[in-house]
Amino acid sequence: MAPAMSDIMTPDAAELAKDAPGEGRAPLAEGTAEHDLFIGLTRLGDNTLILGHRVSEWCGHSPVLEEDIALANMALDLIGQTQLWLGLAGEVEGAGRDADALAFRRDAWDFRNILLVERPNGDFGQTLMRQFLFDAWHAPMLTALEGSSDDRIADIARKAGKEVAYHIERSADLVIRLGDGTEESRARMQTALDTLWPYVGEMFIGDVTDARLASAGIMPAPESLRSAWDASVDQVLAEATLTRPESTFAHKGGRQGRHTEHMGHLLAPMQWLQRAYPGARW
Amino acid sequence: MVAGVDQVWAWLGEVPDPEIPVISLTDLGIIRGVAYQGDTLVVTVTPTYSGCPATSVINFEIAKKLRDNGVSDLRLERQLSPPWTTDWITPEARAALKAYGIAPPIDGTAADGVIAGRIARLSGDNLRVECPRCGSTATEKVSQFGSTPCKASYRCTDCLEPFDYFKCI
Repeated sequence: MAPAMSDIMTPDAAELAKDAPGEGRAPLAEGTAEHDLFIGLTRLGDNTLILGHRVSEWCGHSPVLEEDIALANMALDLIGQTQLWLGLAGEVEGAGRDADALAFRRDAWDFRNILLVERPNGDFGQTLMRQFLFDAWHAPMLTALEGSSDDRIADIARKAGKEVAYHIERSADLVIRLGDGTEESRARMQTALDTLWPYVGEMFIGDVTDARLASAGIMPAPESLRSAWDASVDQVLAEATLTRPESTFAHKGGRQGRHTEHMGHLLAPMQWLQRAYPGARW
Repeated sequence: MVAGVDQVWAWLGEVPDPEIPVISLTDLGIIRGVAYQGDTLVVTVTPTYSGCPATSVINFEIAKKLRDNGVSDLRLERQLSPPWTTDWITPEARAALKAYGIAPPIDGTAADGVIAGRIARLSGDNLRVECPRCGSTATEKVSQFGSTPCKASYRCTDCLEPFDYFKCI
């Protein structure tokens, strides 16, 4: 992939924004506290939005009715949390964009989610493994955010944390049942783990924005969540009789807006209606 | 004539939950405040689950009930903190849930953000949920998720009926 490609393809977002009502304000200046906060909040909200959308793709297609219901409920929780995170991001930005505008009218390079959550669903085992690897990060992340120096963030984290407690209970339980299951289910879970493993490292790699947010006590440094994640992942994988891959290689870039080719394919159906009929309501 | 705060609470007590119509919004514990700011009546509501699709219907029903009773200067505010908990469901509502066929929440089993504790109890079958139909405690969890975000799916191994459990949060 030629690094210059995005420069050729990227339209001038600020120029385009002038045509959109309420979105013509100058973007926040990079390096300011408001911009850092906006980025931090979109990282949280984009993770829950993109994973929520992925999980919702299962609706009507799950192997059994109970799982269909569970997946749809989890997608609903994640998208509800997205409304809170992106709603606050829009408030912080102060440019008149609400959660819907941020979800449906940004392009791939403005999304800050980790690459793990944009991975295609694969089989049911891969969907569950992705969920567990994410939940094992999401839970301690929210616990840390409950102590944020920004009360608005702490309030959202306390709300979301209660929901995520049920998510991790389910995903861990199913990883164990399928891992320590039949020969077929175990093989699929191990394959899922091996396939997704190169995408877990990104959760724990901080950049300068993270460092500034952490020193202001607003959000935890990504690196600080590693030990809690390791502990729950090791415990669950051991019970599931699955082997933790040794590689430490990590694909990264999603949190900085550099995504895999899957992102555009995900956004196209998700954003189609608001792109075709901007501002449509019903 | 301006309606008193107690009167407003009484009216809200007549608004049924859109998904579980045998209990009211006040029974559910989601009305967190009723107060006047100047001439404006401010009703503060907290969501049950952040993505609960009933939230907008609930707000609509509140506004409709109060407008039908002559309240024209009204504002609804969302309050996230403290987050809603099933502990706030009234004893009367728990009895109504049970009579309706939904096992009421068992207090003290909410996650409360104590993630490590949840992970440690991975088996998840540590609750004795009573069957709302036959009263047996020989029941088993089918799924932690159910017909609405607030419910889990259970099955009675005595009378063999499936039922909803209003899970703790």
